[in-house]
Amino acid sequence: MVAEAQEKDWVAQMRAIRDERDSAAFAELFRHFAPRVKAFLMRSGASEPLAEECTQEAMATVWRKAQLFDPTRASVSTWIFTIARNRRIDVIRKERRPEPEDLAWGPEAEPDQEDVLALQQESEKLAVALATLPEKQRKLVEQAYFGDLTHSQIAAETGLPLGTIKSRIRLALERLRHAMS
Amino acid sequence: MSNIRHHLTDDLLMAYSAGTLPEAFSLVIATHVSMCDECRIMLDSFDAVGGAVLEDCDMAVLSDDSFAATMALIAEQDGVVDSPRLTPKGAVLPEPLRDYVQGGLDSVKWRHVGGGVRQAVLQRSKSGSVRLLRIPAGAKMPDHGHRGMEMTLVLKGAFSDECDRFARGDVEIADEDLHHTPIAEEGEECICLAATDAPLRFNAFIPRIAQPFLRI
Repeated sequence: MVAEAQEKDWVAQMRAIRDERDSAAFAELFRHFAPRVKAFLMRSGASEPLAEECTQEAMATVWRKAQLFDPTRASVSTWIFTIARNRRIDVIRKERRPEPEDLAWGPEAEPDQEDVLALQQESEKLAVALATLPEKQRKLVEQAYFGDLTHSQIAAETGLPLGTIKSRIRLALERLRHAMS
Repeated sequence: MSNIRHHLTDDLLMAYSAGTLPEAFSLVIATHVSMCDECRIMLDSFDAVGGAVLEDCDMAVLSDDSFAATMALIAEQDGVVDSPRLTPKGAVLPEPLRDYVQGGLDSVKWRHVGGGVRQAVLQRSKSGSVRLLRIPAGAKMPDHGHRGMEMTLVLKGAFSDECDRFARGDVEIADEDLHHTPIAEEGEECICLAATDAPLRFNAFIPRIAQPFLRI
């Protein structure tokens, strides 16, 4: 089942982990994301051993929370980013991280495949937009997310296409609310 | 849910997404987002920027046993499944706050701070503090200013001050220039969540002396 899905968006791997505790799918995900999570944590100020430890914990969390991943609201990289960020706050800043309440799907409400695809595509566009920003602006955004810059202006000045991703997420939320009511 | 008129700023949502805000403010944001779809959408989209940044990261070299060690962690926690954290229907305190007080309103340990107002400090550190405030209907918050930023989120009832009216879900963001005097609306007590990144400064003499004792 993993083979038939698109390689790039990792949604199929997440499903295989959630539904079948598929460690081969997890290994694929790990190869792609664990080195990035570790680099992200080191850029945020973690020592190498600490970053390694936090990466392992973050990836174990990915497995444990697999059923909470909602592919109509986040790409897999976005979702893993939030897990890595929370580890960083926990371990490096030694503070608690208050998180909003979850939005749970009803028992049999599997999200619409079209919605999933659309959100994943918008996320990819956003990633391309970030990668092709002028060097100076891209650095600004990265620094903000590595945690060593304050944020005024960044959202406004970089001109990332937040609007399209916003409307995707809005749609997903509306359908979710509808399905739950 | 759609009655919320006062929202979070993009700056605050982005800083929360990046994980750089003091815990006190993060708690206000997590609580507001639990009640506000508009701000949840903005937050999700800022998280998407974080996802793109992660995707764009270099690849660090992992330890040789990294994958095996992760699988061992997973085996240790096997069977543990994180269920969704949901606010019980009709609860005054959204889920992020329930985590802090370990239950609902009944579990809050209130302390009197004068004028019929009660408070419960939920978290304090060098970077800020956050508290629940319970103001009787029609009563006035002690007149105060603050050095840094103050965020006040209404959970029950409503208050008005020199700026506007704030009801459940509304958040007021005040900087140090604002000396405001929130007054709870008649008819219902007002419960708020308030966070500052510096101690509140009460303008009257006695409350200022009392501050260290009241832990404001």
